[in-house]
Parts: sequence; structure tokens; C-alpha cells
Amino acid sequence: MAYYQNIFTQVQVRPVEPEKGVPVAVDARWGKPFHSYLMGLIGNAQVGPIYIGYLGALSFTCGLIAFEIIGLNMLASVNWDPVQFVRQLPWLALEPPRPQYGLRILPPLNEGGWWLIAGFFLTTSILLWWLRLYRRARALGLGTHVPWAFASAIWLYLVLGFIRPIMMGSWSEAVPFGIFPHLDWTAAFSLRYGNLFYNPFHMLSIVFLYGSTLLFAMHGATILATSRYGSEREIDQIVNRGTATERAALFWRWTMGFNATMESVHRWAWWFAVLTTLTGGIGILLTGTVVDNWYLWAVKHGVAPSYPHVYGPIVDPLSAPGGTP
Amino acid sequence: MKTVLGIAGAVAALFLTIAMFGTAGWTRPPLAVSQNGYRGTGMDQVESRADAIAVKAENVAPAPADPAEPGGDLAGKTYENVKVLQNLTTNEFNRLMVSMTEWVSPEQGCTYCHNTENMADDSLYQKRVARRMLQMTQHINTEWKQKHVQGAGVTCYTCHRGQPVPANIWFTDPGPNATSGFIPRNNGQNLAKASVGLASLPYDTLTEFLGQKEIDNNLIRVNATTALPEGKGKPIQAAEKTYGLMMHMSQGLGVNCTYCHNTRAISNWSESTPQRVSAWHGIRMVRDLNGNYLEPLLSTFPRNRLGVLGDVPKVNCTTCHNGVNKPLNGAHVIDAYPELARPVVAEAPAGAAAPPALPAPAAPAPAPASPAPAMPSDAPKP
Repeated sequence: MAYYQNIFTQVQVRPVEPEKGVPVAVDARWGKPFHSYLMGLIGNAQVGPIYIGYLGALSFTCGLIAFEIIGLNMLASVNWDPVQFVRQLPWLALEPPRPQYGLRILPPLNEGGWWLIAGFFLTTSILLWWLRLYRRARALGLGTHVPWAFASAIWLYLVLGFIRPIMMGSWSEAVPFGIFPHLDWTAAFSLRYGNLFYNPFHMLSIVFLYGSTLLFAMHGATILATSRYGSEREIDQIVNRGTATERAALFWRWTMGFNATMESVHRWAWWFAVLTTLTGGIGILLTGTVVDNWYLWAVKHGVAPSYPHVYGPIVDPLSAPGGTP
Repeated sequence: MKTVLGIAGAVAALFLTIAMFGTAGWTRPPLAVSQNGYRGTGMDQVESRADAIAVKAENVAPAPADPAEPGGDLAGKTYENVKVLQNLTTNEFNRLMVSMTEWVSPEQGCTYCHNTENMADDSLYQKRVARRMLQMTQHINTEWKQKHVQGAGVTCYTCHRGQPVPANIWFTDPGPNATSGFIPRNNGQNLAKASVGLASLPYDTLTEFLGQKEIDNNLIRVNATTALPEGKGKPIQAAEKTYGLMMHMSQGLGVNCTYCHNTRAISNWSESTPQRVSAWHGIRMVRDLNGNYLEPLLSTFPRNRLGVLGDVPKVNCTTCHNGVNKPLNGAHVIDAYPELARPVVAEAPAGAAAPPALPAPAAPAPAPASPAPAMPSDAPKP
């Protein structure tokens, strides 16, 4: 029987008859299953059939509408020039409404109306996809860990594009749809609100984000390293501990004095991932609504250290007469 | 299948690696680093040593002409139609004219501005512009000496570098002109434009921040001055515009953010460097020059010297700085040409649209409390 030697040795399982899995009550799967070597390199070699259902179809349609609106706005901003569209694609974007429109439901299309329409369809698409995930998990008799983890990501998305703009009273506070533009927006957001690094929820989010990658690497490495002793049955070994589990546990107890269990490591990983966007969303929600300048907030609460002045007093040239910001 | 994919992947990786070495504009060591803030704050200017040498070599001030022989009549008596330099001696006047030719039109010579049949003739627009530019140079060297140019001063060469039109001028950017009924929502940004260092920031910030002389002095500032919200703050779009202007300044001076700012608190003056005060006045100087010296030349310039929207060519930080924190490596170019540092003689150039008068600086700017101390170790020399 084949077993994993190391991360470079792959085993591709290709059943003679495509796997259908367990029978479920409502099964509307579509497409003829096939095997793919390339897919087998990163996952299961069998592709399809896929479950569509009305939620999936609706979600895909809404997503397609949003994608088209964003794409056509991008194409129009280079005057319908396909060459420039390809060259400048990372720079192009669909921007949210101008500040003077506040929370108006539909400002003129070219001044933010398109953004609201695209945002509506994208949000609908994402929420329908969440519902679909939840219902498919239930249909298979699974727990709902995946939909709730996805909900945490949706929370951050909604805070950025919906909840915080409403609390700030303007859609212009939301993120543009674009590759570089949303990154420049992020930098400008931090600059506008006095350095997001001093936002404690941003700090927490970074801890969970980097912690997630660390846990993922530790767990993945541990399972691959002990798979020759049967740790691919890691869930079974939660209660029925075998030599793989014991060796893995011993390894970590040797090297850092403490070890997770076959079950707890998954809870660690799930919570770290979920808390990344959960705390991140809280941090964004507080920015501008509750705290206007994170650096000054950090100074006020003794978080930001003070450094000696190298140059003597540097005075704001505007500070003397009428120097309000 | 496996073998083919493996070979194809390896070949693609090889070509990408080769292309990367050739095209990505790598900066390779050795690096030249200078610290310009308290240790641990990351306030450093980093550049490759090769770039630093190259940039320094590109920004060498030309040797000044030999001093004029003393004595003689005043140029205003010797020549007709001398309106700005009439108080120079004829020798000084001729010396300056020769230098100006070398600075501005070395290939075209005197005839770029003058009708050689009658040197006093004002028919060429170049001469009328040059006269206004002389006044502008005097204005910079007197009114902006304390606040910005200091002892180094400027001559025509600071911007022109041997070209009739300086390399780094700018026009209002009209953006893509929509030819269809579908007008996109791009907010005047999100195109790869050099004016903002190829970022996706608003690309016409220069018009907003540097194009006008009368402007709210707080327009560039976007940060709150209190930890908690007290009233309506500025939108993120305003921060993006300021960011765009800062990208221009960074590119124009060949420095990074930390040359002026402690980036942990960008807006905080007490943590900034003295260069920020100088830059603050520099912004006001550029507005002053654009509003009082270049805009009035609108009717003097021929159409082909104007921008797409029919606006005059304007100056920004790069026009003088040309990628160096101190133009021409900080050479005191004005020392050999004291006539360019005399107070401006109020005289309207023929053909200029607006009376120049003596324009006050755009901002009622109080000088910094103390003169800016020098940077440690002369900071970056890019």
C-alpha cells in the first residue's frame, strides 16, 4: 500500500468508477466527472460532479453581474482600449461614491452608483454562497464549522464596505474594487487615521493571522512527518491514540515542553483563523467612529513610546496664527 | 504527461528567472545608507552606491563665467528696451546674457530669444518669457531665500539644464477623455501615472495642491489632532490625494518618507525633521511661482507650449530638484551671479496678461522658530 514519504511524494487515487460519496436526500449534482493529473497535484484527481442548486446558481449569477460591472468600469476608464486594459489591469478600479453623496442609495452611476450596484450584487452573491455552504453542510450531516469560519471573513467584508460606511454616514468611506487601488486605499486609511499599527484590534488580528500560518505549518509538518505511522487517521486517533499520535506528541513535548492533541490542534487552528478577521473587523469598525487618530490614542494610553528629539524643536509653520488642522 | 509538465515548468521558470534579472530594475548592493532620525525609528535613506554616484554626476552645477570687468555704463543706458537688468553694468549684462545662453539655449544660441537684426525687439515670445523668468529667479532668490532656497539660490540652469524647456514641467492631467456614453467611476485615479510614482493614487494632485496660489493652507492635512473624533473629519479620498502629492515629492527629491517624517506619526511636527519645514515652505513657493509667474504668461506662450487643456507649463518640486534632495548637489550657484538675487524691479513684461507687481508669498507663513539644524552626516546624496 502506498504511503506518504515526504511532501514531494504524491499519491493520486483514481477510482475506476467515479466516487459519488454517501447518498443524500436532495442530490442535484451536475456534470460528468473526470480525472485530472494537474488537479491531482494539489488535491483529489477526480473533478466533479458539482452541486449547483438554486442558491449556487443565484449566487453565481449575482457574482457575475458584480464582476461585469466592475470589469466594464475598468475597461471604460482606459477608453475601451483592450491593450491598456491588460497593461493597467492591476491599477484599474471601480471607486465608491464621492463624499458629498453621503449614504444616498443611488448617486449618479459615474459618481458612485455603479459601485453601489456592484456592491449590492457582490454582497448578495457572498451571502447566498454562505447559505449554500450552510445547507450543504447540513445536508451531509456535517457540523457547521466551515460556514461559521466563512462568516467571520464576511464580517470583515461587511464592516469595510457596509457597516462602517453607514456608521460614518458616507459610502465614500468604503473600499474601491481594484487590485492596487484597494491596497493604496488601505495605506491611505492607515495614514488618515494616524497609523493603524497602534490599533489594538489590528495588533490582535496580526497575531492571529501570523499565528494561523505558524499553526498551519506546524500541524501540516507534524502530520506529514508521522503519516508513515498512520497519522493520516488523525481524527480517529483523537480517541484511539496510535504510535503516530504518540510520536508527534512526544516530538513537541521534547522540543517545547508542551503539545497539542490531535483534536485541540484543530480547534487552535480554527479559532486563530476565525479570530483574524473577527478582531480585524472590530479594529476597522472602531476606526473613525470611536477613535480618530490611533497614534494619539496610543500616546494617551501609554502604548506608544517617546523617542528623544534629534533636531531640537521642529515647529509647525502653521501653528502660530489660526493653525487648526 | 508528468515529464512534459516537469520540463515545461522548468523551462518557464528558467526564462522567468532570466527575464527577472534583465527587466525588473534591480537595485543591487553595495548600498549607501544614511540615518536621519533617532535609532530604532527606521528613519534611514537607502540607495545603491552606484545610483548615488550616478545621480550625483548628473547634477553638477556648471562652472560660472569669469567675473565681468568692473566699471562702464549701465546696461539700461547702453541698450534699448532693458526692463529688468537695467541697473547692471554693460559688462555684467553681457556676461549674464552669455551665461543664460549656455544655461537655456546652448544649441539655439542668442537667436532663440533675440531678433539679431534688432536685439531690443520683443517680437519673439521666448524673450518675453525669459524676461519674466528673470524676475522669477530674482523673486526666488530674495523672497524665498530664508524659507527655502537658503544660500544655494537658483539660476536658470537649476531648472533648464541646457534645455529651452526644462525636462520636469507639468500640465493639468485631463485623464482619459471618455468617448462613449459610459463614463466610468475612477475618481481621477487608478491609472499607472508617473506623477504619483506609478501608484493608483489620484494622478492630478499637482493641479489641486500646487496649481493655485490661493488655497486653504490646511488642504494637505488629513489627520485628526485629537485621539477621539471631535466633529467631521476628512474623507479617505483626501488622504489619497495627499499621499499622491507626497509620492511626487518623494520621487522629485529622490528621498523616502522618513527624510521628513517619522512614519509612526506622519502628521506629527515635533517628530519630523527640519527638512519638513523647508518642504512646507517649498510647497508655498511652488504655488507662488505657478500663480504669479507662470499663469500670467498664458497669453505669451504659443499654443504648442500649452497643455492639453490649454494651461501653462508649471513647476513642481522635480523641476528644480531633479531627483536630488538639494538641487545641483547643494552648490551655491547664486554666489557668482549676485544680480539674480537682487530685488525684483517691478516692470510688467510686454505681453504678460497680469501685472506682476511684487507678489507676496501665497501663505502668511511664519518662519520656523529656530533655523533648521543641519542633518547629521549630510543625509542622502541621491
